[in-house]
Formats: sequence, C-alpha cells, structure tokens
Amino acid sequence: MAEEKYETHEYDVVVIGAGGAGLRAAVEASARGARTALVCKSLLGKAHTVMAEGGIAAAMGNVYPEDNWKVHFRDTMRGGKLLNNWRMAQIHAQESPDRVLELEEWGALFDRTHDGLILQRDFGGHRYARLAHVGDRTGLEMIRTLQQHAVHKGIDVYMECNLQRLLLDGGRISGAFGYWRESGKFILFKCKAVVLATGGGGKAWKVTSNSWEYTGDGVTMAIDVGADLMDMEFMQFHPTGMVWPPSVRGILVTEGVRGDGGTLKNTNNERFMFNYIPEFFRAETAETEKEADAWYEDKKNNRRTPDLLPRDEVARAINSEVKAGRGTPHGGVFLDIASRRPADYIQRRLPSMYHQFKELADVDITKEPMEVGPTCHYSMGGVRVDADSTATTVPGLFAAGEVAAGLHGANRLGGNSLSDLLVFGRRAGLYAAEYVRTHEGPVTIDHGQVDRYAKELLAPFESKGSENPYAVHADLQDCMQDLVGIIRSESELRKAIEVIAQLKERSVNLKVEGNRHYNPGWHLALDLHSLLTFAEAATVAAIERKESRGGHTRDDYPNTDPRFAKINLIVRRKNGDFTVSQEPLPEMPDELKTLLEEKT
Amino acid sequence: MAAQDVNMRVWRGDASGGGFKDYRIAAGEGMVVLDVIHAIQAQQANDLAVRWNCKAGKCGSCSAEINGKPRLMCMTRMNTFQPGETITVSPIKTFPIIRDLVTDVSYNYEKARQVPAFKPKPKEADGTRRMFQEDIDRVQEFHKCIECFLCQDVCHVIRDHNDNKKAFAGPRIFVRLAALEMHPLDANDRIDLIKEKAGIGYCNITKCCTEVCPEHIHITDNAIIPLKERVADRYYDPIAKLLGLFSQKNK
Repeated sequence: MAEEKYETHEYDVVVIGAGGAGLRAAVEASARGARTALVCKSLLGKAHTVMAEGGIAAAMGNVYPEDNWKVHFRDTMRGGKLLNNWRMAQIHAQESPDRVLELEEWGALFDRTHDGLILQRDFGGHRYARLAHVGDRTGLEMIRTLQQHAVHKGIDVYMECNLQRLLLDGGRISGAFGYWRESGKFILFKCKAVVLATGGGGKAWKVTSNSWEYTGDGVTMAIDVGADLMDMEFMQFHPTGMVWPPSVRGILVTEGVRGDGGTLKNTNNERFMFNYIPEFFRAETAETEKEADAWYEDKKNNRRTPDLLPRDEVARAINSEVKAGRGTPHGGVFLDIASRRPADYIQRRLPSMYHQFKELADVDITKEPMEVGPTCHYSMGGVRVDADSTATTVPGLFAAGEVAAGLHGANRLGGNSLSDLLVFGRRAGLYAAEYVRTHEGPVTIDHGQVDRYAKELLAPFESKGSENPYAVHADLQDCMQDLVGIIRSESELRKAIEVIAQLKERSVNLKVEGNRHYNPGWHLALDLHSLLTFAEAATVAAIERKESRGGHTRDDYPNTDPRFAKINLIVRRKNGDFTVSQEPLPEMPDELKTLLEEKT
Repeated sequence: MAAQDVNMRVWRGDASGGGFKDYRIAAGEGMVVLDVIHAIQAQQANDLAVRWNCKAGKCGSCSAEINGKPRLMCMTRMNTFQPGETITVSPIKTFPIIRDLVTDVSYNYEKARQVPAFKPKPKEADGTRRMFQEDIDRVQEFHKCIECFLCQDVCHVIRDHNDNKKAFAGPRIFVRLAALEMHPLDANDRIDLIKEKAGIGYCNITKCCTEVCPEHIHITDNAIIPLKERVADRYYDPIAKLLGLFSQKNK
C-alpha cells in the first residue's frame, strides 16, 4: 500500500506555499478548527514576500482622510485597465485596512505618522498616499509577523518540502504528493482541501526579480488536475530593476524611490515620463514638472507625477527611450533621487536600496542616480477563482495571492500585492476550512496514481539522455525574454511556441548527476515541467489577445480594442493541448460603475 | 571587462564526511560569490547543494564561510579578493551538515518556538493603537533581522561547544527577545525565560555576532546588554526585587 510505501500525513487543509498568502491562509484555516499543514519549498520566512519593499496598499486614511475603499477600488480597476474582477477589487479595497491593523495586533511595527498612527506612502497609480510600510523592507516585516504568529498557533510546518502533484478522488481534491528536498524521499498528504499559495512563474524569464522558487508550480498543479487558468497573457514587467553590473540585472528597485520623490531621466537629462502620459490617465496626471513636484505635498491642488503612472505605462516608456537611443550604455535609464532629496531622508526612507546599490553596484544613491530598466516581476494571471471564496474550478482546491487571477486585471498596482496576500489568503483559509466542514465523508487516495507520479518524479535519474537541466532552463529564459517580453508580436509568439515544444522534447531527456539527497539539479529538472507549462500557457494566451492592454503589449495590435475590453481569456488543457477560450467579464453593479466614472 | 577565470575551493560532502574540491570557472563583471557558485552548479556540478532566494541580501538564505569568514554569498563581491586568489567556500560550521553548503539550521527554529508570543496591551480609548516613531526606532532596528543565522554561527558559546545548544538560545533569539521586550505594546513577560531557558548568562559580550551581522544590527550593545540589565534588575537588585513583589515588569 502506498501509505506504507511513502511517508503519509493526514490533514483537513494543506496549504502549499508559505509567503504572505500561504501563512495567512494557514493561520485562518487553523483558527477555524481545520487540521492544517503549511508546506514550503524553502526555509520558513524566505518566501518571495520577504523581498517586497514598498508597502501594503490599504485605504486607512491616516495621511489623507479623503481616502476610502471606493477610491482604492477605482484606482485598482483603472490600474488594471478595467479587466479586473470587480468583486475581488471591491473585497480587496474594503478589507485590506483591517488586515493591516491585524498585523499590528500580531506585533508588526509600521512606520508612524506624527500623531502615532500607521504612516502611508505614495505609490504608482494610487490617488492618495496609501501604502503602510516599514522603510523599504515591508515584506520582511509582514512575513516575520505572520511566521511568528503561525508558529505560536502551533501550525505544522513542512519546510524544504516540494509538492508537485495534486491528487483527486472522483473529481475532488484528496491529497498532494511531492518530496523532501533534504532526503529526496517522497511525501504524501491526504486531505480534503488544498490552498495553492505558490506565487508566480517569473523564473521562466531571463531578466527577472523572481527567485528560484518562482517556477509556476501552482498554476501547473492546478491545470494538471483540470482547473481553469485565466489572464495568463498579462505579465508585469516592473519598470525599475537594476541593470548594472550584469550579475545583478533584474534585481528589484522599489517604486518607493519614485513614491518618495525620485524621477526618471534619460541621457539628455530630460524627465521623459511627461512625453508618455496616455489619454486614459491624462486628466489625473500632472502636465508640468512644477505641478508634479508640488503634488508630493499638496494632492488637492495638483495632479500626480507621471513618474508614478501604473507600472505597465512606465515600463513601456523606459523601453521606448532605450530603443530611441536615449538610454544609458548599459541599456537602462536614470532614476534620480540624489538631486531631489537630502541624503539622510534617502537613507531613512530607503535603507535597503541604499545598501543594495552601495554593495552590489558601487553606487551611492544619495549622491548619484541609479541605472534602471524593466524586469519581469509579477504574473497578473493564474488560477481562476471565485471572487468571494477563492475556490478554483476543482472542488476542494483554493488559490490565493499571485497564483490566483482576477484582482489585478491587466496590470497590478504596486502595493496591491501584499494587501492581496492578506485579504485573499485569509479568505482561502476560511473557505477551505468551511469546505472541509461541509464535505463530510472520507476521501480516498488513488495509490496507482501516486505510484505513477513517483515514477515521473524519478524519471530524470533513469534517463538515458544527456540534457543538462540548467541549460534547458537558460534556453527557456532566453526564449521568453526575447519572444514573450514587454513588446510582443504574432510571429515572435508563434516562434516561442515552437521553441517551447523543442524544450519540452529536450526535457524528456534530462540527465541528473548524483543521488536524491539535496540535489538542486534534480529539483530543477522537476521544476522544468512547471516552468514550461507556465511559459506555454502565457504564450498561447498572448497570441489570442490581439490588442494591447496593461501587461500585454502587441507591436502588431498597438491599441486597446473594445472587443477585448470585456473578455477574459481562459486557458484549459485537453488531451495534452492547451485551449484558449474567451469568456465575458462578470457584469459590474451600477453603483460601482459610477465610482469609476468619478473625476479624480 | 571580459569574464575572467577564478579559482574556487568548495566544500562538498554530507554528514558522513567530505572535503574541498577545486573548480576553475569564468566570472563576469560585478559577480558575487553566489553567482560563481551558481555557475559551477550549472556548468560543472549540477548537484552542488546551496540555499538561496533573493540574491540581494534580503532573505538570509545563502550564509556560508568565505575564506573562513561568515558572510552572505550574495553580498560578497568577487572583486573584493586579490586577482588569482583561491576563494574557499565552506558551510557555516555551527550547524550539522546536510549536504555541500547546506546545513541543518532547525536549532534556530526550535529556539524561536520557545519565545512567548507578542501579546498586545488594550487599545486606546478611541480604538486605535498609537505609537510614536521615536519609541519604535530601537525596535525596528531588531526587526531588520533577515535570519541568516550568521550571528548564531559565529557565537563561541555554541560554535565551539555543541552541548551548550540545549541551554543557550543565541544572538538571533536575543534580538527577537529584545524586540518583544522593548515593543511599546507588548504585555508579556519573558525575563525569566531570558535568564533560564535562553541562557543569556552564557554570553560574555565579545561582540562577534555584531561584527558579522549583514544588517548591521548592534546585537550586543542594543539587544543583549539591555536584556542582561533587565535580568540583573529582576534577580540581583535587592530594591527592585522588593518592588517586584508589588508590580509587574518594567517596560
């Protein structure tokens, strides 16, 4: 029996991923009485959330009392080019202040206003200073607070444990299967509900802010058991990644630099963002440098600086400047805060950026401008979920955070990710526990299936091939970077599909050295399955959206197209092949529509 | 600058034993030690075990001993070494080897679990929680900790005496305890734990932990010494002892 063959654990809810969403989901499921396991690929506290810098968007109104959930809802929808799931955007805007205050109840220490409340900072696309933050290391504060809270609640944590396959019993979730990284031995979870909180798949691109963990595991496990994916064509390229030296290319430079007064400049010393204000945002964006600079202090009488347009706009603008020959020799543009803010202010507000540039690039950001350029950062698309419950289309399977689609539409605003993790992480835990409570009767494990999965996971050791997993991964990264990047075209996307097909063939012939004991070569060989799945899903969807919108820009269809304005693309897999279908957006209630139409 | 070959000496092995293995590999401009380790992994030793995540000094995963010094591999630039110098990379010594550069750091997680949780005081009358920046500055310094465990690695109390691990929590945990003890809203009392279970008396303030902290937290001066003082006030000050009979702790 498989239960004897593999280390087996039984829970009500298994949460996969221990970043902000996974931790918050596990805390909630456990608090609702579900026996809960939290499983993560790295050590606890090292997930991607730890790298988040700028802050958590929540309309608390501590700095601008005018702020409220309706303005946050509006900003989020407009930032997402109105392709967001309206209900998710509403829930998110309404609930995020409570989620931030809850972190404070659990020991988080945010920077303070003069009267002792949580300080909020400016960020791209947000009407008011809205991001609760701790200098530029907000993610660290968030993950540590959640981690310590979860540990003290006695939640079982399985660290460095990589789950790779979901198990079904008659169409509903019955467990998950994977391996311990340390021993390489298999581990089987039997459970009624799984919460995916695995993040995105940005490691399929070459210039990326994402770590080794971001291999699209959740999206892949979900589509492998028949779940719907949505909005996979929308990939966020963060406008400001480091570009020099080459070894640090892609490492994130927080939007907080611009939020705190930094501006983008080309090699002519021109603040070029004024040349890239799109019609959609013209009414709410400053036209002159004078107005833009005044906005930082007085938001009532001035409009927002174009340096803080949503990320998709800024990334495209930088791309155009570099293409036009106004970029730095290293292929970036300048981000200057040194000439605009005093050194002690920069060091206090942006300590980790100061440290990062000083140590890795020999640049003192209090004296010189930074060189920055776009870096693959965030997947707006992912597993399709129900707005209220985070339930996917597979019974017992829930998804929250970056792995889920809907909240951010075609483009995510900075700061809306950490709040997303808290709001929908909590809901995933809540509804997973509720699902377990209302679905009585045992689930059974299909042991034959488990054995087949075990064989698949060991295949690289048996292989007679000689492909190096690192080489296949590097070729995939080149392919996605060159052919499915910021600016796309039909011919390049079709070429990418061909390359991905070749890489899939090569990945059958992977060879790993050594044994199963903490073997990164083997781990990467297995992750290639999910990297390739993620890449292919992103590419097939990108072919079908014949327009430009948010994090999807087509050279051959440079404008938004009203025919695609109310359409989500759903990716499914039938008999091994991806299919893409168009489905209408849920209809927004009239009272919310009026919020969108309100003047700035 | 074109890529230049560098000589690396990397510890390979597991709990049963191992040794240094030499690699010669091309290193490009701006590379850090972690980049070179990754290059070895991709080109010469696919199974070379190493932990990493952020590659920017934010997650604390890639701790190792580089030429004998406890460092983050992602924040150690190759151009800080002499040209032609052989660079030695070995796993952090204080924790049991799992494989190659990966060690079993579960000790740190077990000690963290023993720390009583944050317990908030009641809210203000208006339902808010007010704290002033000047009151939290010192605690925010402790919250910068990225849990790289280099301070634990370098601490003599456990580095040279494995037996002490039972009775001693280590600098990382003292930073955590100090953060909780000095948190303006916390209402828990951990002084007994700091003295007994965490064993702060073992620390003889040699400041090795402070020296290796990549976040430049003043571990000894700002965390450990104030905690020692609180323990002394509770246990060894006769007046405080008398008053302690009548009041709770002094925040």
